Amino acid sequence: MKHKLLIVGMVLVFGLSPVWAQTELDMADSTVVDSAELYPAAAADIKVVDKPNDHGHAVVVTWETSADDGGGKNNVLHYEIYYSTSYDGPFDSVGASPAGESTFVHIGSKDPNDGNFIPDHTDLFYQVDVVTIDPAIRTASGVQGPVQASGQWFNTGRWPVLIAVLLFGILTIYFVLSARRGREFYIRPIGGIEAVDDAIGRATEMGRPILYVLGLGTAADVATIASFTILGRVAKRVAEYQTELIVPTYDPIVMSVAQEVVKSSYFDAGRPEDYKEDCVHFVTQSQFAYVAAVNGIMLRELPATCVYMGKFFAESLLLAETGSLAGSIQISGTDEIAQIPFFIVACDYTLIGEELYAASAYLGREPKLLGSLKAQDALKAAVVVLAIAGLLAANLGWTEFPAIFQVID
Amino acid sequence: MNRSTWIVVAVVVVLFVVSWVVHASSTSGEENNIARAFGVTMAAFLTLAIFSFLYKDNPFYKFAEHLYVGVSAAFWMCQGFWSTIVGNLFPRLSEGVSEFFQVPYQASNWNFAYWTPVILGLMLLMRLSKDFGWMSRWPLALIVGTTAGLNFVRYLRSDFVKQVSATFVPLLGTAKTHPWLGLGNFFSNLDASATGQLVAMMSNWVIFIGVICGIVYFFFSKEHTGIFGRASRVGIWVLMVTFGAGFGYTVMGRISLLVGRITFLFKDWLQIIS
Repeated sequence: MKHKLLIVGMVLVFGLSPVWAQTELDMADSTVVDSAELYPAAAADIKVVDKPNDHGHAVVVTWETSADDGGGKNNVLHYEIYYSTSYDGPFDSVGASPAGESTFVHIGSKDPNDGNFIPDHTDLFYQVDVVTIDPAIRTASGVQGPVQASGQWFNTGRWPVLIAVLLFGILTIYFVLSARRGREFYIRPIGGIEAVDDAIGRATEMGRPILYVLGLGTAADVATIASFTILGRVAKRVAEYQTELIVPTYDPIVMSVAQEVVKSSYFDAGRPEDYKEDCVHFVTQSQFAYVAAVNGIMLRELPATCVYMGKFFAESLLLAETGSLAGSIQISGTDEIAQIPFFIVACDYTLIGEELYAASAYLGREPKLLGSLKAQDALKAAVVVLAIAGLLAANLGWTEFPAIFQVID
Repeated sequence: MNRSTWIVVAVVVVLFVVSWVVHASSTSGEENNIARAFGVTMAAFLTLAIFSFLYKDNPFYKFAEHLYVGVSAAFWMCQGFWSTIVGNLFPRLSEGVSEFFQVPYQASNWNFAYWTPVILGLMLLMRLSKDFGWMSRWPLALIVGTTAGLNFVRYLRSDFVKQVSATFVPLLGTAKTHPWLGLGNFFSNLDASATGQLVAMMSNWVIFIGVICGIVYFFFSKEHTGIFGRASRVGIWVLMVTFGAGFGYTVMGRISLLVGRITFLFKDWLQIIS
């Protein structure tokens, strides 16, 4: 009897289970029906265009926000963007824009081996999903495209830069030609530079070397290039006075250029036989190891004059303080604004920012440098005029004028 | 070195060994405690050796200096060889060489372009030769010229055009928060809520005057006399105030570095503080 009851019970359980399952399914269906009402409205008017003014491999996707974004059901979390090289997919997610946004810039890699590679001149297709807080509840748009990414030769957002380059180029050529024709240009005295000759004379009298530090910049930095010109002048005087020159360098390329500069200065001074290649030597490319080495040189060689011209960073005060400890006359110049205060407090003379560039023209007196300096001054005058004009425009609400100077990167 | 120097060196060596042993024994339960104790002691010794420069040049500073320079020079040479030449150049030049160095070969139709830096690099090395040293000037000229040209445009964009437009500031009212509605309107609506506007206006005046006078100071082709000289004087004052603020800000950063080093000495080495 017990067995019969058990069998009947099992039959009932298994027999009714499909009914129970169907009931669950029906309940689930009813949930689907309910959640369907939660699906947000799709993004409308989707547009895909090549990103302008770039090197290619990028597409801009724009859309009209969903009716449920900020209104309606107000349940949009973000917009997820999908991309494929085929209309039929498969589509890969490439990113998302938060609710309220209506633009996504798909910037890919130009490296075909990169997973984020976007090919140029190839049909691309996009789809925008409106996603709610539940990732399963989302509404996909239709597939948009094709669009092709491509690079542009000109970035039209940088017209002001082109005009500035042309203006500066024309001014430089004009003033260089004027200087070559013999036109005299006045350059105001720059204290630090006038002290260089005295400092070299002092080193000669004391029979002690001159230490010239080119800083941590590369040979391409403007400050280092300006420093090469000053080094040439210093080396020429050193050769004439037969004083010792020490130039420890941080960068191998800077060392090579500095060797050439010093060598040619010795030739110009008529003393090529006095030139020692070791006077310009490489130390290391580690910032503070370089400082440690130069500080050591200062305290062992006790230079009469230390010249710091170029690009300097955290080592500026360490160098200048040690030079002061060694009793040297110190002349510095850099365009690193954060380091100028340290040089000002620790050195005897400091060239502030652009004075370093002007110093090379002041010393060289070459038409090219003088013309360039005069062109810079002309451009500065233009800046003053433009600043006043822009100020008036900003105060009078004339927005068109400031817009001319807007550079789009 | 005289006898007293040798004694000082000997004392320091003994102290070093004692520190090493004590530190190793205090961490006896830990893995590699002897090697780690040596590392911490060496770091503390080198820190103190560099600090000893504050007294005067001495053998310990010289040791630390030469060690630092030698290690860093060798490190950067190896770094340059393995990351630039082996990591970037060989994989694009030859499959055989890539296999030899066990780096994946990166096939591309443009790989031939990588012979350009190879040739320029070899030309740079020609400076070691007396007869062909002149060849090294060509890559130098290329490096300096190319990067100067590229920087020219970059500087004009970031330091000129963008800076010019940044000086277009409203002197009467701030465009974003309180658009200027005319002089009379501004004064008639001046109340407590306009304090922020007043501060912003003053800031804009400082920007305008500071920029104009600063530029005047950096005029080199005109004598700084008369009104021009006075504007230049204001310009240098503005610069000096800016430098003073920058000085204080940076010194605070340096003090935090010093605190970090002292913390290392007292916490990791001497274990006085936890």
